[in-house]
Order: sequence, then C-alpha cells, then structure tokens
Amino acid sequence: MPFLTIVYALLFYVATALLVGGLAYKIRQYAKTPAPLKIPTTPAPVTRSGVVLRMFRELAFFESLFKSNKWIWVFGYLFHFGMFLVLARHLRYFTDPVWTWVDLIQPFGLYAAFAMAAGLGGLWARRFLVDRVRYISALSDHLMLALLMAIALTGMAMDYLTHTDIVAVKAFFLGLMYFNWQPIPEDPVLLLHLALVATLMIIFPISKLLHAPGIFFSPTRNQVDNPREQRHLAPWAARLENK
Amino acid sequence: MADFDTPELKEYPVIPHLQEGVMAHSKPFVAKEEFQEQLGFPGELVDNWEQVALDKMEELTGKYRGFRVFLDSCVKCGACTDKCHYYLGTTDPKNMPVARQDLLRKVYRRNFTFAGKYFPKLVGAVDLTKEVLDDWYSYFHQCSQCRRCSVYCPYGIDTAEISMAAREIMDSVGVGQKYCNEIIGKVYKIGNNLGLPQPALVDTLEGLEEEVEDDTGVKVRFPVDEKGADILVVTPSADFFAEPHVDGLIGYAKVFHEAGISWTLSSHASEAANFGMFIGSYENMRKVSLRIREAALDLGVKRIVMGECGHAWRVAYSFLNTLAGPFDFLDPNYPVPQHILEFTHDLIQRGALTLDKSANDDMVLTYHDSCNVARASRMGSKPGGQFTIPRDVIRASCNHFFDMPQDTIHEATYCCGGGGGLLTDDLMELRVKGALPRMEALKQVVEEHGVTHMAAICAICKSQFSKVLPYYGFTMDSIVSVHQLVSNAIVLGNKQ
Repeated sequence: MPFLTIVYALLFYVATALLVGGLAYKIRQYAKTPAPLKIPTTPAPVTRSGVVLRMFRELAFFESLFKSNKWIWVFGYLFHFGMFLVLARHLRYFTDPVWTWVDLIQPFGLYAAFAMAAGLGGLWARRFLVDRVRYISALSDHLMLALLMAIALTGMAMDYLTHTDIVAVKAFFLGLMYFNWQPIPEDPVLLLHLALVATLMIIFPISKLLHAPGIFFSPTRNQVDNPREQRHLAPWAARLENK
Repeated sequence: MADFDTPELKEYPVIPHLQEGVMAHSKPFVAKEEFQEQLGFPGELVDNWEQVALDKMEELTGKYRGFRVFLDSCVKCGACTDKCHYYLGTTDPKNMPVARQDLLRKVYRRNFTFAGKYFPKLVGAVDLTKEVLDDWYSYFHQCSQCRRCSVYCPYGIDTAEISMAAREIMDSVGVGQKYCNEIIGKVYKIGNNLGLPQPALVDTLEGLEEEVEDDTGVKVRFPVDEKGADILVVTPSADFFAEPHVDGLIGYAKVFHEAGISWTLSSHASEAANFGMFIGSYENMRKVSLRIREAALDLGVKRIVMGECGHAWRVAYSFLNTLAGPFDFLDPNYPVPQHILEFTHDLIQRGALTLDKSANDDMVLTYHDSCNVARASRMGSKPGGQFTIPRDVIRASCNHFFDMPQDTIHEATYCCGGGGGLLTDDLMELRVKGALPRMEALKQVVEEHGVTHMAAICAICKSQFSKVLPYYGFTMDSIVSVHQLVSNAIVLGNKQ
C-alpha cells in the first residue's frame, strides 16, 4: 500500500472520529445543561410547533440575520447554501450506486461552488473594510475564512484546471468506509484539498463552528413563550425550594 | 455639572465610526462592605479572586445553558455591532455587543477551551488580570440588558445573559455595584427600592386619596394591606411619589374604582422591580420574588396585578411562576400575574370604562416600547400583545397618536438608556449618550407630526427620560405614564 494512502486513510479516520466524538461531547454537554429561566426573545411562539417553525425560518432563511444586516445576510447565505449544495454533491463519492437526487443536483453543485467562494470573499472583505468588524476579528477569524476559501478554490481547481481521477477518489473513500483500502490518486491539488478538509473536520468541535449545533440549543430561540401557563423549574433551582 | 458633551441629534441616524477607550472611565460606585454582605457576597475583593472568579464562571456554564451556548457560538459576523444604543451614543467599540461579550469570552476561552489553552494568541484568549476585571466592571455596567442585540443575532446570543453572569462573577469576588446592591438590601429590610416604610406609604396614599377627591369630587380609594381584597397590586415604588409615575398610579386606582373590584397594595411587597435580575443572581431574584407570594398568601387575594414597570414585568411575566410559584391558591380564571394594561384593556374591550379622549387633547402622543416588555415578555394571549395592548389603551384615551419610526419601536425598540441597574447619577454621561437613538426617533415625530408627549410603561424609562430629555432640548414633563392618559380620560361614576 502506498505511503500516502496510509497517511490519508489514517488522517480521515482520526478526523472523522474527532469530529463525531467532539460534536457528540458538546451536544451532550449542551443538552445536559439546564436552562433555569424562560428567556425566549419575544415576540415568541406560544406553542411547540410554533417554535419548530421559528427554528426552521432561522435555519432555512437566516431570519434574524436578515433583519439585522442585508450584506452579511447575502454573503452568509451564499456561502452556507453554496456549501450545503457542494457537500450534497460530494455524496456521490460515498454512495454506490449514487442516489438519484444526488445525481440530479450535480450540475447545481458546480455553480454552488462559485456562490460559496463569493460569499466567503464578501464576508472576508467585511473583516477588512468595516471598522466595527475589523475591530472584533481575531487572527483565527481570518484563518477560518482562509481555510474555507482554500477548500473551495482547490475543489474548483480540480473541476476547471487540473482534472483528478475521481473514479479512484471514490474508490479510496468507499474503501475507507468498508475497510478495504484502495490507493489514493497522488495528485497534489487533491491531496491539498483533502488535507484542508480533514483540518476543518478536526477543528470543528473546538472552534466557533460550534455555532452549528449551538443554534439548536439557544434558549432565546428554542423556548416556548408560556411561563404563566406552565411552571418551568430546573433541577438545581428546585433544590433551593427544599432548603 | 456635566463634564461631557451631549451628542448631536442628526437628521437621520448614522452608524458612527469607533473611537477606542472613550468610555473606559465610566464606572459606577462600588458597593460598600455592608451592602455586599447582606446579599451574601464578600465585602471586598477577596485574596484569591482570580480562582474564585474562574470557579464561578465554570459553575455558571454548568447552570445556565444559554451562557454556555452563547460563549461557544459567536462567529464574530458583526450583525450586532451597530445595534446597541450605548455603542451608537458613545462610539466606544467595547459597547458593541460582541465586543462586550468578548471581554468575558476571551477569559472563558483561555481557561475552558482547547484552542484558548494552547493557542491563546490565535483566538484572542487572555488571562484574567486586574485590568480585565476593571474592564468588566466598566463595560458590564454599560449594558442595560435590553436584549436588542439578541433580536438581530443569527444564533440569538443575548448579551444580557453575559452581562448578568459577569455581574454575578464580580459580586462573588467582592466587587459589586453600589446602586443595585444597596437597593436590594432596602427591599429585604423595608420592602421596596426607595426604603419607604409602611407608615410613610400609608400617609402617601392617604394624600393621594385627598388629592383625587379634591380633583374629581369622587372618593377613589388607595388601599394598602387590606386583607380579603380581590386583587393584590404590585407596582414600582417610584409610583408612590415620582413624576410622572404617580399619575399612573392614580390611573390604576381610578380604573379599579370604575371596575368595582376590590384591590390592595402591600407594604411587604411594595416593590415590583426586582434588581436581583440586574445582578444575575437567581437566589436574590427569588428572595425578592417570594415577597410577592408571601403578600398574596397573607392578604388572601385572588389575583395579582403588576403596575407599569419594564424589567419588573419581565421578572413577573417570565420568572415569577418559576421563582415563587406555583400559584394554585389564586383564581385559575386569570393569568398570574396580570399586567395592569391587560386589566384595563380588557375593561375597555368590554365597554366597562367610559373614556373621554378629548381630556388629552392638549397632547400629541407617541409611545416608547420599554425594552424588557417588548423583547422579554408578552401581554394578552397572542405574541406581540405587548405592542398592541398599550397602543390600544392609548388610542382609546386620546385623539392624537403617532408611532415613531418602525426600526425604533416594537421588537426593534431602543432602551431608554437607564435600564439594567444603570439609573444612577454616577453614570449620567452613559445615560445621556445611551438615550441618543431614542431621542433621534422622538425628534423625527416631533418634527413630522408635532408630537408633544411620549408615553411609557416603565418606572425606569420614566425617571430616565425626565432626567435626560432636557439634555436634548425637550422638556422634562414631556414623558407621561400610559395610565396617566387613562386617568385624564376616564369619566368617574359613570358605570355605577
């Protein structure tokens, strides 16, 4: 087995384990931490199904961000939904036979990469051009955008500049999934792309990318506005009553 | 007296460029030992304060899901940076919500996250030093916990939650704020924020009875500690003597008189406001809240109604059931607690009040949505009732009403500049500058519609505006209580 194949195989096992394990740890931590007081940002839904709808609008349309700032909304939306389509398109490397809907979105996924890069570019430009955003940006905020941009650009390069042997790439990943390792194509652009993706997976649970699971646990968005109708009491607060 | 410049009111609101450190000098007086200790906090900065503070921070991340999720989730997108009235009024970048949170987040990262422990420079993590603590004291007392930023954050991060936690951490190491902590002490000792004892309260209310009788010829009662009354009214103690608050209290009394329902105030729970929330202390907030339960049980009332007060209504509406419930001993046909506006609104809907709108014809009105009523509570059964119910009552009481611009009302409303435990003279510069966005919105309706008065339903808003309106060229009496309008318009004796 070629040395690079072993390195990349191990890298992706480790990255996947850290991503899944790290996220599971954080999600468990969020779920187990009580929210002792009712703090939905009002006006808030008064029923559980209303909350599901509010959450859906937040996730599907970035509702609060839309209210806030149209530039961040446009760039953020382009980036996130571009990336979403690109990721969906990549499912063809992990499924055999490829699911029909994944087949159908292939052409859109291609354009989505441009949307993703454009969104990232806009967000990054704001970190330099808007004095308020410049002030709050740490080095890690720039590096995160650099990492995502590099992933997008190396991915696009393989479509438009140097073609890589995607049949072999697919064989490599299916091999990882079924523990039947296949050699990875030794194409430098591909290797760079994959190394960056593995990096992103590794830092996901220890970085601000935690906003992805975090939003589901945000009490200002996921609580039902019914404090007068139903008594809400956290376990640690209930213990105060027995003192 | 003022050693600062009042910001200029522009034709249209402008997002200012930031000027670092311009508000670093602003900090409230520190609480003395005796006021700290009666709340269960150390009297002065403890020796190993760094460790005590970090332990407290860790404890709070385990007790409050919001605090933990908010510390992890911020991506520094910048959506909140132009949303805080204190940033808009002062231009100090640490008054941008995200930067305010970061004062605490950078210490959290340094001590409780992998990236901050091993790559502090990369993620902007820092150790907790005396300089950081000083920054906390300064800037976490430049947040009025109004939640405007939380409306616009894509993850719903609420800076109020971070501010409350920061203040609790500071209290736990012995650095408390004089204004809040002294007031909570007064509530424990006497029953209200002003330290108005029972005999003085009785006296004041008798005076009001005489005044209303002289005015209207009708004997409208202001009962206190009357056992067996139907309704316990809990109102901010400013309602007992401050202007324009007291005109609101007179309004409540007239409404109860017309409704023919017996009511009483309580000298034990003679305060609706709950400063325990401002300092983020669940225990103190609970202790203050329990006084309302005790009064309700003691007086044997069937219902609880809260007077006009913003943060008080948040604690009452959102937290009272949690902190001092269950209220199964009260009449289950009514929500517990009810807002006085819900009560009055209901009577108006049923045609039980006669209101002569022309009694308020000397005023052209607008309405200031109080931050915590708007974004942290509700009135009535539908979301947004906190916006429509007060406006319905105002429209039923006067002929001339105009709203301020859309992006300054309802959920987008600006804080008055004095909320969250900042309504103290040692923070006058902050209060004046923080009022800027509201003053700009007011100026617009003054010029476009000839508005003469602004109505509000919060004791803090009313006190704050009486004080800061003159800085911007308005008269101090152009702030009025909503129930003051009801009081002017109500025709007494009509329904009996």
